[in-house]
Amino acid sequence: MSIRGKAFIAGAFEHPLREIPDRSTHQVVAEVALGALADAGLSLSDVDGYFCDASLGFGPLSMVDYLGIHPTHVDSTETGGSSYVVHVGHAAEAIAAGSCSVALVAMAGRPRSTAMRRPTVDEPTPDAVFESLWGMSGAVNGYALAATRHMHEFGTTSAQLAEVKVAASLHAQHNPNAFLPKPVTVEEVLDSPMISSPLHRQDCCVVTDGGGAVVVVSPEVARQLGRTSVKVLGHGETVKHADNGRIDLTYTGAVVSGPRAFEEAGVTPADIDYASIYDSFTITVIETIEDLGFCAKGEGGRFVSDGALVAPDGRLPFNTDGGGLCNNHPSNRGGMTKIIEAVRQLRGEAHEAVQVPDCTIALAHGTGGSIGTRMGSATLILGTADA
Amino acid sequence: MSAPLPVPTPAVSAEAEEFWAATAEGRLLLRRCDDCGTVIWYPRAHCPACGSQRTSWTQASGKGTVYTFTVVHRSMLEGFRDALPYVIAYVELEEGPRVLTNVVDCDPASVEVGMPVSVVFHDTGTGRALFRFRPA
Ligand SMILES: [Zn+2]
Repeated sequence: MSIRGKAFIAGAFEHPLREIPDRSTHQVVAEVALGALADAGLSLSDVDGYFCDASLGFGPLSMVDYLGIHPTHVDSTETGGSSYVVHVGHAAEAIAAGSCSVALVAMAGRPRSTAMRRPTVDEPTPDAVFESLWGMSGAVNGYALAATRHMHEFGTTSAQLAEVKVAASLHAQHNPNAFLPKPVTVEEVLDSPMISSPLHRQDCCVVTDGGGAVVVVSPEVARQLGRTSVKVLGHGETVKHADNGRIDLTYTGAVVSGPRAFEEAGVTPADIDYASIYDSFTITVIETIEDLGFCAKGEGGRFVSDGALVAPDGRLPFNTDGGGLCNNHPSNRGGMTKIIEAVRQLRGEAHEAVQVPDCTIALAHGTGGSIGTRMGSATLILGTADA
Repeated sequence: MSAPLPVPTPAVSAEAEEFWAATAEGRLLLRRCDDCGTVIWYPRAHCPACGSQRTSWTQASGKGTVYTFTVVHRSMLEGFRDALPYVIAYVELEEGPRVLTNVVDCDPASVEVGMPVSVVFHDTGTGRALFRFRPA
């Protein structure tokens, strides 16, 4: 069963704040949920599907109770930052199967204001002891390991990685909510402090409080709404892992999720007018655009070095909100904001300085976990109503 | 002059108990499949290559090469914060698996992809040792 054309994103909302010390995270989820529903012209009582990660309690139970919704379909698939891209795909499948018609996908977190918290588990995972002893201090070290290997095999340079940050910063200057709205140069990125070689501070995404939500609906519901809806064309997902100790750090799970999404959507990389690419670190973007087929494996560094990512005229305009590198990476998870900016582009509602003309087909890609060990990967292809 | 790397105590599961016991004797064990011969990493009771549950321990040579590495300049971790800069690496063992570890006993700036390394054991004082690697 294909989901092509079976579901539409009717509402999207990104929380305007980047630091939220004085509200509960559940409250922020409710705010983005209500924001996305209002954007769609729907209300909580219309919601019959709920999709969330596993960071806020016992699967979906607490939030469904708190929101006061009565779903006939729930899904708390947890793949880190890629979760929400997975959720839109699953929501489209659930709608196509008839098990719901108004699916709410909502997330929030406040890592700036609270100690970074992970879901507690009764027993450590079997991999944990073999990875926790070496001084891995946050996600950056795993991505740095990938960057070193990518540089070794393909000659990728730090200046090429910096081009990714530069493009994101050029976009962020037009976003009044962006956490880092100031354009930067390659030299400024290279001069920023080394965190974990070869990654500098400005190769890393921001840490922000916040959240976002989208509403996925059936074609029948979409037709009744006054707002422009965005069609779900295709989706792919996978988990890429350490592969019995034969880990290869030069590619991501996008090698699986990308082709599946393109096939379902019936389009190719050449058809993509705008791409939201997960940008936890600059190397994440380089490897992902290769794996999605926007350039050959190993060519990502050279591909980005002539302004290819800069909207509106680059060959692959990306992350026009400023992305995770400059705008927002709420809850240390960037998948939701990737979907939201793709929706803005397809509705023609991105900032005029970065709106891609005649944007008809867009891609949103999410990554979760760590490229250095195991990662969730999800690709979503969206289009205008007539795409 | 930075402090030496801390030697945190591993939380050991039943599946890897023998692995950690051997580290105290300076031996690096690998699990190997009795049916298809695949060397397994991280240690587990079944073979992820063929699904067999007939697997047993074998001793690794302790030799390998650096597959990739990073020099860590900022750390939030107590102990490690005092040992900056330090090297985290994937070392590819002669037997095949790429294992996450530290490269020690050298200037971090001298570490390179492909560099030959050999295992050293750092005692945790709890009957288990950490396997780290130094230039061979
Ligand atoms: Zn086997």
